[in-house]
Amino acid sequence: MKLGLLSASAAILLALAAPAAAETIYVTNEKGNSVSVVDGQSLAVTKTIPVGKRPRGVMLSPDGKWLYVCVSDDHAVQVIDVDKQQVVRKLPSGDDPEQFALSPDGNTLYVANEDDNLVTIVDVPKAMVLGTVKVGVEPEGMAISPDGKTVVVTSETTSMVHFIDTATRKIAGNVLVDNRPRAATFTADGKQVWATAEIGSSVSVIDVATHKVIRRITFEIAGVRRDQIQPVGVRTSRDGKLAFVALGPANRVAVIDAQTFEVKTYLLVGQRVWQLAFNAGETRLYTTNGVSNDISVIDVPALKVIKSVTVGQAPWGVAVRP
Amino acid sequence: MPDAAQQWLHTGGTQGNRQRPWLWPRRAVLTVLLAAAWAIGGSRAIAQQADQPATVEIAYLTQVVERAPPLSLLDTIPADEGLLGARLGIDDNNTTGSFTQQKFVLSETVVPQGEDVAAAFRKLAAAGHKVFVADLPRAALLAIADLPEAKGAVIFNVQARDDALRGAECRPNVLHVIPNRAMLTDALAQYLAWKQWRRWYLIAGTNETDKLYAEAIKRSAQKFGIKIVEERSYDGGSTARRTDTGHALIQKQMPVLTQGADYDVLVVADESDLFGEYLPYRSFRPRPVAGTQGMVPTAWHRTHEQWGGTQLQNRFEKLGKRPMTERDYAGWLAVRSVGEAATRTMKTDAASLDGFIRGGDFGVAGFKGQKLSFRAWDGQLRQPILLAAARTLVSVSPQEGFLHQRSELDTLGFDQPESKCRLKR
Repeated sequence: MKLGLLSASAAILLALAAPAAAETIYVTNEKGNSVSVVDGQSLAVTKTIPVGKRPRGVMLSPDGKWLYVCVSDDHAVQVIDVDKQQVVRKLPSGDDPEQFALSPDGNTLYVANEDDNLVTIVDVPKAMVLGTVKVGVEPEGMAISPDGKTVVVTSETTSMVHFIDTATRKIAGNVLVDNRPRAATFTADGKQVWATAEIGSSVSVIDVATHKVIRRITFEIAGVRRDQIQPVGVRTSRDGKLAFVALGPANRVAVIDAQTFEVKTYLLVGQRVWQLAFNAGETRLYTTNGVSNDISVIDVPALKVIKSVTVGQAPWGVAVRP
Repeated sequence: MPDAAQQWLHTGGTQGNRQRPWLWPRRAVLTVLLAAAWAIGGSRAIAQQADQPATVEIAYLTQVVERAPPLSLLDTIPADEGLLGARLGIDDNNTTGSFTQQKFVLSETVVPQGEDVAAAFRKLAAAGHKVFVADLPRAALLAIADLPEAKGAVIFNVQARDDALRGAECRPNVLHVIPNRAMLTDALAQYLAWKQWRRWYLIAGTNETDKLYAEAIKRSAQKFGIKIVEERSYDGGSTARRTDTGHALIQKQMPVLTQGADYDVLVVADESDLFGEYLPYRSFRPRPVAGTQGMVPTAWHRTHEQWGGTQLQNRFEKLGKRPMTERDYAGWLAVRSVGEAATRTMKTDAASLDGFIRGGDFGVAGFKGQKLSFRAWDGQLRQPILLAAARTLVSVSPQEGFLHQRSELDTLGFDQPESKCRLKR
């Protein structure tokens, strides 16, 4: 009770001091076998949670209580109790889970099994595998539509975005994109899927209704070799105005006008920028930089990089709790 | 059926085949296996369409060559080197093919030592084959490429590194997946130039391939402003060195061999693997060793994990229970190139695939961080070259700063202006 009061008053104090960013950022460190916890206010690492081997994909439950981490070399998804800041349970995932998507109700997990060309469907409360779907070679990027009816997965060597109907658990369509698609995201209205192609050096915007690529976006950066522009993580803003694309070894995040598909600017971040995550208000975007072992903090309204924070070894994925 | 495939795997590529001429040409058992696998899985996406999948047949042609045991006890010579890479490529292609209604079939032919490769090729051509993966040395490759039956065929070279095959001896129906020697030595020279290690002491073996490698080294040295301060030739000696006390002789001989003008790097051209492994730690001066031994330029290496390379390594080891070699990688990449062309064009005939592969829109992903494509002027695959030490990857060429107006990859090997190849198609 006393503790509750204390933390409540601490929360009020914090809220007063920093109304803008009282959030917490969770970063998986692929080679550090840990999750770094970064305080959004002080932008300091407050805790490093040890996890299993080769943690990559990371995501929060809709209620913000659980953090799911793909521990690829342990062939499982670990569940971290966010309040306790420790791993409390393990979910089956199939072999070598890399990325995943969570149903809007938080009960079903769709996991890409990179080595087995499968997507494994997991019942979260029961910790049970519900089924698998055969997809292309090296499935990686995953996303789920806002209505939870469609899951997309990118297969890197097959160069396709597969659309899976979550009701039938069958493939509803396959869209060929450029070489090595790495990540995908639905727009907030559910009408488009944006998929990045690392080796093809492009982003394909796919119309969900027709399964057709309606736009292919490419990048040119003065002074950067073309082969270093390798798009990976992608996020679109809720208002449908902006898209952000991590460009890997180009060390930049491209800012795209999501209406005209034109690149507005490039923001210089850390080395080999990999994945991206907005905070709840979309006032900030956090990037993981795998070679410089840090995250960059982007002020979204200003389109400026305001800080970099050193985390663990080879930061891979990022999730933000309000 | 799986038993038969297993059996092939164990007997293939060894002299055991000499006693089993019935084993070749061997229409792949794999064909049936893959067809079965295809029928069971992978067809969900197209379940609503009842059409037969279009088939691409690829003929893998190799010949058994007895090789001397490697110098290092750690090395083994896999009997199915190259072939396993091609099989993995077929698996990958068929996974993609299950979504595009395309099927890929590998037909495997292992010609026993001393027998006629051209005859085997004719037989395959007569059976309708047009797409070939040739895991053959220079002479055999030229012999098949020049056959009247090879007109209109597309032959992927995954073994012969000869610079001449990309120059005066180039052929319009051959695409080279394996890097040629000049590409490898240019990759090495760029890195050593970046290190400012510009004085080389060159030791070359006396076999023909050693001499060719040494020539490539000298060409690269000239190209990148490197000085060869001394050049020695060595036949590798004749002592049985692995026997007890063999090391005593080696540690006395190697300093003598490497004593002369001072240098930054000891560069070795010993493709025959007769003495190169004995240079590190035993040379007259405390200098690093690079070339065919020491730090080696290569298209693939078991230390490579960047750009998703781990995934290919894992996939291969799952299939082959051994690490992927450079020739396996070339075999995989040849088959993947065919698959990529079939996926992009949605065609399966050799002429369409060949046309697309040689065209400007082709690019295949090979776990090297960028698209790989074939040079129009000599049919060589342009690709980054790894520089690998025994236990770690040291670097990847082209190095930063070696610029090119079209592709930095064309700073490795023969660029268009210097090409001696005149393709008549």
